[in-house]
Amino acid sequence: MAERPEYVLFDRDTEAIVFGYQQNAIQRMLDFDYVCRREKASVAAIVNPTRAGLHQCFWGNKPILLPMYRTLKEAVEKHPQTDVMVNFASFRSAYPTTMEALDYPNLRTIAIIAEGVPERRSKEIISKASKLGKNIIGPATVGGLRAGAFKIGNTAGMLDNIIDAKLHRPGSVAYVSKSGGLSNEMNMMLAVNTDGVYEGVALGGDRYPGSLFIDHILRYQANPEIKMIVLLGEIGGRDEYPVVEALKSGKITKPLVAWCIGTSAKMFASGVQFGHAGARADAEEETADAKNIALKEAGAIVPDSFNDFDEKIKTTYDKLVADGTITPAEDVDPPPIPQDFNKALAAGTIRRPPQFISTISDDRGEELRYCGVKISSIIEDDYGLGGVIGLLWFKKKLPPWASKFIESVVLITADHGPAVSGAHNSIVAARAGKDLISSLVSGLLTIGPRFGGAVQGSAEHFTEYLYRGDQPEFMVKEMKKKNVNIQGIGHRIKSVTNPDVRVEILVKYAKENFPVTETLDYALSVEAITTTKRNNLILNVDGCIGVLSCDMLRGLGYTREETLEFVKLGGLNAFFVLGRSIGFMGHIMDQKRLSSRLYRHPWDDIAYMMPDEPEEVE
Amino acid sequence: MAQKPIREFDAKNMLAKNWQEFVGDAFAFAGKLALVDPDTNLDDLPNQIDWLRTDRLVVKPDMLMGKRGKHGLILLDGSWDDAKKWLNEKRGSDVTIGEVTGELTHFLIEPFVKAEKEYYVAISSKRDGDEVLFSTEGGVDIEEKMKEGKVVEIFVPITEEIDNIDIESKLPADLSPELKPKFGAFIKGLFKYYQELGYAFLEINPFVVHGANLIPLDLKCRIDDTAVFEAAKYWGDISFPAPFGRKLSDEEKYIKMLDGKSGASLKLTILNPKGKIWTMVAGGGASVIYTDTIADLGYAGELANYGEYSGNPSTDETYEYAKTIIDMMTREKNSDGSPKFLIIGGGIANFTDVDKTFTGINKAMIDYKDKLLETPVWIYVRRGGPNYQTGLKNIRETGESIGVPIKVYGPETVLTKIVTMAFEDTTGGAPSDETKGTPEEVR
Repeated sequence: MAERPEYVLFDRDTEAIVFGYQQNAIQRMLDFDYVCRREKASVAAIVNPTRAGLHQCFWGNKPILLPMYRTLKEAVEKHPQTDVMVNFASFRSAYPTTMEALDYPNLRTIAIIAEGVPERRSKEIISKASKLGKNIIGPATVGGLRAGAFKIGNTAGMLDNIIDAKLHRPGSVAYVSKSGGLSNEMNMMLAVNTDGVYEGVALGGDRYPGSLFIDHILRYQANPEIKMIVLLGEIGGRDEYPVVEALKSGKITKPLVAWCIGTSAKMFASGVQFGHAGARADAEEETADAKNIALKEAGAIVPDSFNDFDEKIKTTYDKLVADGTITPAEDVDPPPIPQDFNKALAAGTIRRPPQFISTISDDRGEELRYCGVKISSIIEDDYGLGGVIGLLWFKKKLPPWASKFIESVVLITADHGPAVSGAHNSIVAARAGKDLISSLVSGLLTIGPRFGGAVQGSAEHFTEYLYRGDQPEFMVKEMKKKNVNIQGIGHRIKSVTNPDVRVEILVKYAKENFPVTETLDYALSVEAITTTKRNNLILNVDGCIGVLSCDMLRGLGYTREETLEFVKLGGLNAFFVLGRSIGFMGHIMDQKRLSSRLYRHPWDDIAYMMPDEPEEVE
Repeated sequence: MAQKPIREFDAKNMLAKNWQEFVGDAFAFAGKLALVDPDTNLDDLPNQIDWLRTDRLVVKPDMLMGKRGKHGLILLDGSWDDAKKWLNEKRGSDVTIGEVTGELTHFLIEPFVKAEKEYYVAISSKRDGDEVLFSTEGGVDIEEKMKEGKVVEIFVPITEEIDNIDIESKLPADLSPELKPKFGAFIKGLFKYYQELGYAFLEINPFVVHGANLIPLDLKCRIDDTAVFEAAKYWGDISFPAPFGRKLSDEEKYIKMLDGKSGASLKLTILNPKGKIWTMVAGGGASVIYTDTIADLGYAGELANYGEYSGNPSTDETYEYAKTIIDMMTREKNSDGSPKFLIIGGGIANFTDVDKTFTGINKAMIDYKDKLLETPVWIYVRRGGPNYQTGLKNIRETGESIGVPIKVYGPETVLTKIVTMAFEDTTGGAPSDETKGTPEEVR
């Protein structure tokens, strides 16, 4: 570790440990480092009690990884070159973590950010730090910075502000303020009225801040690069008086511009507690007026009100330039800083073709919406399952006849007993101890041209011939010639004389409610021909659903081309998959409830026809 | 969050409850105490607290005020009937103490104790430790006694255990040898109590000793309320009342409630509900500067409120905060028909998202569009910090869209300049030649 004079808390080589996983603050520290053209990041390690590992952040536009440890001990041991800890621990744990940090010899300065640390705990921290000759900044502060070198956490905000306030290179003026919030105001005020900040520290608004005005001002006095000092004090406490004494005794010789805020407190008889815990005068000397007078009498440059503070700073600075004490620091162009993507996006200054487009739902607003309809209206206005499928699959608010049809399809296709391929697979998987999703998928994977695919297949077959304008007789003939079974025609048991009640219900419903039944009519004409050949070559339930789905789309205003497009993207399988998943899951739960054991197919049901030896291939 | 005084009833009650654990057997303190608040039924009170009928009583207001004796606000050595009569006279009446006038609402009743010998003890927090003061000549003229050197001072460094300090030998010579060890034990116990319970100041002046009993007659204290997570188990159900003469309005109570629930800070004190100048300032330091500047310019009497929001409050929180302020300021018009000013000020934030917080303010402005126009209210904004560009642009557009005169400035304008502008403004917010020499508004 480089030896630093006592009066230097931070320089361009300072490395810190950040306690607490404060991702924004860490990135802001690194961004500051980058625009200061530091060689190395100022954050050496992060302590995150809940997770160890690596944290990814940016150095300019290059991603870098910072090590993260669960304990401070580990971080300190692995990174002995660090001498600052930025402590983001909560008000509860700020005390124990700071006390621990003080025990590590290499940690020389600790900044405590938390607000609400009990005063007694602060006093214990102060006492221990002073015995060990260490520096505390805070609690209840944003921290501080040395321009062009190092900054604590969120100090000075974001990059645009850092550049505007010229904090990426050192000026000649150092300040110390009580308020963390006002420190950034000082950065800007000094940038506008002088050649900028050399160093700035915000003590924090508590009654017992870890370091005092005098501690920092004496450092500033000792640092030859600092030519002028600014103090921004506050009503309450007596921490400004050591500065008054030091002015009187000649320990401070550099020009000191000072102002204590809270002069208005006298206007309010019953004692207003201002925002800061320490901002309350319990005695005359603690008032802002008394302090301002004392500072002025001791030789500080004190304005009449805050409104003139900037002017006093400017005239004091100009004098120092005129008498040659200050050679104004030159302005330095910062390296180009990549804009933060999210920020730029929010500000609307960049655009990018999105990787994803979604046209069916949006979860970003106050309420989730399906195709523009709020989830609350979906419940309140009784959209039902059919209505929701309409919104998410067809992007339409369906008329009641259509949503009721969809619901009927789901009900009818929900199950077909345990013996069919899909249910069988689900059951076998469930009995092998697989979870619900694996077992379900095992069943679903069987759905295709031979099992459950007839819904899709019939729609494909019938629309092909219908839309081409071929007669049903031609379709039957050509399919026969191609030796292809017409999907959706034929049943193992049901026949003309023993009709499938499900089909009867659906056909009746469609005839009464659908505006268009062209595909159904075409399929029924085909059935009239096929049943003359064999009486079980009827339009089965899958076929019926397939053709009616096409008619539903036509009834909803789809053109034949659009209907065909939906069929081709496999949309009709969706009805079967949705419906049948209910049945598969039922079978899976059934097996689990029964604690069925692993299924093993019986030997006697397998014909073992293995040759004695394999055929040899030359 | 700060050092806060509590009622004498709560303080003595707390002391009595924790007496055994900290002070132990050196003395006993029974803690016979009764609190009368606005809800107390005086006819029923003696049924709950039996010694009220049997003991002679002392009654005094319990409202964080001093100089009660001087203002005739103590009833000494009365019967319950006397006390009831006295209370009925005083309850709800206004008294003026110093410059502050307030309504008497809370009283403390204790058994009357004849004071032959009055003692004094006080402990107060210093940066490097705590200071214990003790005297065998307690009472109202304690400050005189201090000057006469009749008060002993014992400093306890922060790192020192009180048990390692020889208190006894430091006690005044006129304390009898039998009492010295007992007083030593009492002071040590009281010190530990003070320490463990997060006190910043504790003064008992005077207390008397009757045999085995120690009775604090008058007790004042301030508790560091940030110690709540360590000490609440000892505190019990205490409250932090507003200073005497400051009855919290419903709006102040509402903001206090929001503040209590939030990780951010939301503060509001109404100074003059008829004031022309209302402030909504971000930041503990900046809010003080705005108040100072308004006072410096001679408008302290017109300032309606002190308040601040900070620590990155959510949009909802700033909405509620802004709504509360705008609602109050638009209830009445100025009698001369002149506009009211709303100063939406703040420093250059370090990490508070300006756009996010302003979104809440914008929403409140839109909600109160008609009332803002009717009153009328002119708005002046100055703010910097993360996303201030978007935030300022949006608040300007909101103001303009609802037709409220609004001027908006960014970080390059000194934070208090908008106060001067507001006072000098006669144009209703329209940028004109009169604002020449002032910085460019953010467009």
